[in-house]
Amino acid sequence: MTVHSPTGSGVISRPKVIGVGNRCRCDDGAGFAVIERIRARRPHLCVVEASGEGASLMELWKPGDEVVLVDAVRSGSAPGRIHRLDALRERIPSGFFHYSTHAFSVAEAIEMARALDLLPSRLIVYGIEGANFSAGTEMSPDVTNAVETLVDRILAEFEDQANTVIESTEVSHA
Amino acid sequence: MSTRIIQVDTIARVEGEGALRIQISDGKLEDVKLRIFEPPRFFEAFLRGRDFTEAPDITARICGICPVAYLMGAVHAMEMICGAVIPRPIRDLRRLIYCGEWIESHILHMAMLHAPDFLGYPDAIAMAKDHPDVVKKALRVKKLGNDIMVLLGGREIHPINVRVGGFYKVPTKEQLRRLKPDLQWGLEAAMEMVRFASQLNFQDFEQDYEFVCLRHPDEYPFNEGMMVSNKGIEVPISAYDTVLVEEHVPHSTALHSRIRGRGACHVGPLARYTMNHEKLTPLAKTSAREAGLAEICCNPFKSIIVRGVEVVFAFEEALRLIDEYEPPDRPFIPVTPRAGTGYGCTEAPRGICYHRYTIDDAGAIQDAKIVSPTAVNQSTIEKDLWHFIEPNMDLPDDRLQWECEQAIRNYDPCISCSAHFLKLEVVRQ
Repeated sequence: MTVHSPTGSGVISRPKVIGVGNRCRCDDGAGFAVIERIRARRPHLCVVEASGEGASLMELWKPGDEVVLVDAVRSGSAPGRIHRLDALRERIPSGFFHYSTHAFSVAEAIEMARALDLLPSRLIVYGIEGANFSAGTEMSPDVTNAVETLVDRILAEFEDQANTVIESTEVSHA
Repeated sequence: MSTRIIQVDTIARVEGEGALRIQISDGKLEDVKLRIFEPPRFFEAFLRGRDFTEAPDITARICGICPVAYLMGAVHAMEMICGAVIPRPIRDLRRLIYCGEWIESHILHMAMLHAPDFLGYPDAIAMAKDHPDVVKKALRVKKLGNDIMVLLGGREIHPINVRVGGFYKVPTKEQLRRLKPDLQWGLEAAMEMVRFASQLNFQDFEQDYEFVCLRHPDEYPFNEGMMVSNKGIEVPISAYDTVLVEEHVPHSTALHSRIRGRGACHVGPLARYTMNHEKLTPLAKTSAREAGLAEICCNPFKSIIVRGVEVVFAFEEALRLIDEYEPPDRPFIPVTPRAGTGYGCTEAPRGICYHRYTIDDAGAIQDAKIVSPTAVNQSTIEKDLWHFIEPNMDLPDDRLQWECEQAIRNYDPCISCSAHFLKLEVVRQ
């Protein structure tokens, strides 16, 4: 989706933050927690909650879009560590995201979009290292702190695009 | 003695965690084991004591690919116990959400998981570079299945809008009507996917299966019907436990099923197609005929075509249901609990999915039994592998492994659904 800039200088891409995860799996709720905090602090910023199902995820961006995607990961690092991957420059390891029951999930969707030349013009993937993915709704303290840090970082990145017209949207809530 | 062992520690492009071990000694096939080591899930145990209305939402969590099968098995069983009669519009909406599940599950398996086997790619991402149009089409078809799930279920994975007695909220006619142009496109795309699948190269591998599925007098089966087989079974689903028994084998956390006194059986698209092809919708029949499918399909490698035919059916059926839809007076009917035992058996994409519950007068669940289609198919998969490997033992290990993995993927196994059994070892000293 694109919108026109307020200056009328032409069509620009719309920044979008996509949070992926599962609120009922403790630290796997980190992606949604980031979205909730951004929504509270910048109600007009375009944010989306997604289940992580690959085909639906690929529909959330179009060539030309600028996208930030946030999900919990389990890579063996210290809990709360924030990983940053530029998906246009590097491949997303398939085992990077927390185990999913879906055979076509976040990493596969990004790599499939790359193969089909359907990646947005910018796709930054943030992974918050989780510690506890068991049933429950409480995130670990390290992950909660990382959520706050990451929200500040994402908003700071978007401050640089202050002239961009942005709007809010609702997509399926997982 | 020379021993050749082919071991696949983690089978790719299946849902869940399983392994394969083949042992060949002095040129003789000694052993084939499909090892399912996914940890047991304990759903049947933690359903006990829960309210009967909680069963659909709890069991939907068994699977992210086929949650509708679990929702439907649970609601039908509870409604049977309580004597609830479901109005036609609600029944039709249940068929419609099942259409969504078949579309998204079948097309994912066809294009992303199974087609790479036939075309010689390690995965769908590698395949997409050479066949972008097929993959793009499949992704869009999958999204349409998701859209039906979202509209009727609230979200595409683990829907939350299904309840005992109906739905929490039902769509308007206009909401359903808006889906139609996309579904019309999907119907055409599904027919093209059948043509694509029919042009793949297939092994000559006809097997003598006992096919088990549901059969309904008027419709291709989703939610209701008698449990039938091509070798004489014809019983109500309440007699499931008299026909099929489960047993533990040491190499699997999923119980193996067998027909009492006979052995393995085959559930899923081939079974449904063989036993119900005359109930397919017109364009699904046309697709099957153009793809060269006979009225009986006993070659599991051709399941990719049959899945495509079922996707065509699901689009046609969805369009029919939307055209005929009149919203119900209420999204659900009240269901009052009473003590008893009830059964639900519906056609998940991978085959019949059986539920049995006993509840007390207050509606508390006393006992639950759930059998997934992959659990039922395990013995048949191993049998297929025995039959497939014996004439192909001269193949080099890597080729034999590739083809054996393909033979397993013929069943689109959903291993997470099937894992129930905890191997308990007690050491006393």
